[in-house]
Amino acid sequence: MYEEGRYLTPEPQTPNPETVPVQSVLELQETARLLRKHIILSTTAAGSGHPSSSFSCTEILCALYFGGILRYDPTNPTWPDRDRFILSKGHACPAQYAAMAVAGYFPEEELLTLRKLGSRLEGHPNLQRLPGIEASTGSLGQGLSLGLGMALAARLDGADWKTWVVLGDGELDEGQVWEAALAAAKYGVSNLIAIVDANTAQQTGYTKDVLDTEPKADKWRSFGWETHEVDGHDLEALLSVLKCAGSAEHRPQAIIARTLKGKGVSFVEREYGYHGKPLTEEETRRALEELGWK
Amino acid sequence: MEIGKTLGLKLGKATRVAFGETLRDLGGEDPALVVVDADLNNSTRTDIFAKAHPGRFFNVGIAESNMVGVAAGLASAGKRPWCASFATFVMSNAYDQLRMSVAFPRCNVKVVGSHSGISIGEDGPSQMGIEDVALACCLPGFLVVVPCDEVSTIRATRALHAHAGPAYLRTGRANAPVIYGEDTPWELGKATCLRSGTDLTLVANGLLLGAALEAAAILEQEGVSTRVLDLHTLKPLDTASLAAAARETGRIVVIEEHLAHGGLGSTVAMAVAASHPVPMRFVNLGDQFAESGTPGQLLEKYGMTYPAILRAARELL
Ligand SMILES: Cc1ncc(C[n+]2csc(CCOP(=O)(O)OP(=O)(O)O)c2C)c(N)n1
Ligand SMILES: [Mg+2]
Repeated sequence: MYEEGRYLTPEPQTPNPETVPVQSVLELQETARLLRKHIILSTTAAGSGHPSSSFSCTEILCALYFGGILRYDPTNPTWPDRDRFILSKGHACPAQYAAMAVAGYFPEEELLTLRKLGSRLEGHPNLQRLPGIEASTGSLGQGLSLGLGMALAARLDGADWKTWVVLGDGELDEGQVWEAALAAAKYGVSNLIAIVDANTAQQTGYTKDVLDTEPKADKWRSFGWETHEVDGHDLEALLSVLKCAGSAEHRPQAIIARTLKGKGVSFVEREYGYHGKPLTEEETRRALEELGWK
Repeated sequence: MEIGKTLGLKLGKATRVAFGETLRDLGGEDPALVVVDADLNNSTRTDIFAKAHPGRFFNVGIAESNMVGVAAGLASAGKRPWCASFATFVMSNAYDQLRMSVAFPRCNVKVVGSHSGISIGEDGPSQMGIEDVALACCLPGFLVVVPCDEVSTIRATRALHAHAGPAYLRTGRANAPVIYGEDTPWELGKATCLRSGTDLTLVANGLLLGAALEAAAILEQEGVSTRVLDLHTLKPLDTASLAAAARETGRIVVIEEHLAHGGLGSTVAMAVAASHPVPMRFVNLGDQFAESGTPGQLLEKYGMTYPAILRAARELL
């Protein structure tokens, strides 16, 4: 902001009260089940979208938003001291929209407007439309650079908020990811955390066949990142890794979350052929039944 | 609103499918034809080629800059490569590679951008190629072609493969209204006159040619003799047909599924200004991103259907 001959920095605000209660592992599992229902119903209603890419990161988002990891206030999305969360694999936004609705950013009914004309819930996240979205994504490979910039800004301001970036394993094919990784290590941004949703598949095949980026942990480590591997569907394990994230000394942290594309719905699980496909009505019914929703 | 519906135009194959099939056929004829894709083969439809010629197909992963560089390397070693991705990803993500590794050395690389325009619909602005034609036109030495349907895509793909030099081919996602018959002429670098007229010329290409034909039919009923040119090739430009249209009809509307700047409108305006200036109007996306919605809803909301063309035409009459 520029006013009367000088640049202004926003006044520091008093920290917001806890508006989102921290859930237990059991409660988180139940919330993950709810998120999957929302993902299915919203993409089926839209008639397009990426449910299988959303299922693989459901527990990751669930732990971040409801396990006391992300610092945010749904009633004040521009709170300066909030953590920044970037869904770099933007096509999985049905999972993020579901988490945001359950967290209270907007009513859960709005999820059914996904991808419809005029909706704030576009096919890929658009920060111009939806408060609480920190980065407009959809062109893969760009989120980690944005995250690095945010992490550097926090450091310049002496602020303690963190930046979290969720990437796809296919997305790791993009050179920009590795340019950002090198620069993040150079600047030792310990407030930057990358989470790779390693769901084993991308659009046209399994990642091991299209472009093998294993061994992932070795790669991130050799790029100067503190690296952890975790079962990305095990909420307890996820929480224990995420709780320590952001506390490494002078190093960014990468979490390789081992997941499955389509997790939670048997006939979608591991099937890369379901990439970018909504469920049919019959599949929707079966999927909801499998998840214990009548 | 569905393009071509008021004329009962039949929906044919998507241009990306016609492209993939032609590439497969060409692969059978030319053993030096190779294809590079970046994890979108089942969308760009180079998978049709890959199935027939697996040994000459390379999927380099989600890495468009690398894809273009690899294609340039293949070309410098005597292969005749095509590479493909979504229009916006290949053009915007790999532009320096297109400029430095392909255009500058005049490398024989054919570049294909699928999912062009806002008519891809629900995936939204991040996936829409709305600037690709302008970017392609700014690459010195590139040929730039925007076909509208199956027959014209087959012709365009074959013509570009026969050309030894860089080129950009723009294809679309949705099934395209059939405009060309088996014996409608189509020549690289030459506008096709789809309808003759003396009062007004509509210049269009790609999906919106259908909308131009719809508008022309309505204008004709109102006594406005309307010429429709398919300006499928932006480079090299058919300046003679444009000069003739300006001279003979005195009014021109240019219609494209693209941003206002640097695409068909700018290209035609420059040619008309240099030969025989006449009043012109432009139907396009303007200077903005679109949003998610159905293809029909978006084309209507962002003013790229026949009523928008009629409005523009009436301003000139
Ligand atoms: C730059 C760019 N190239 C291509 C695409 C098209 N695309 C969308 S999703 C996808 C596959 C992504 O795979 P991955 O990162 O593993 O995510 P997953 O769907 O498995 O979660 C591709 C190629 C894109 N969105 N951006
Ligand atoms: Mg993946």
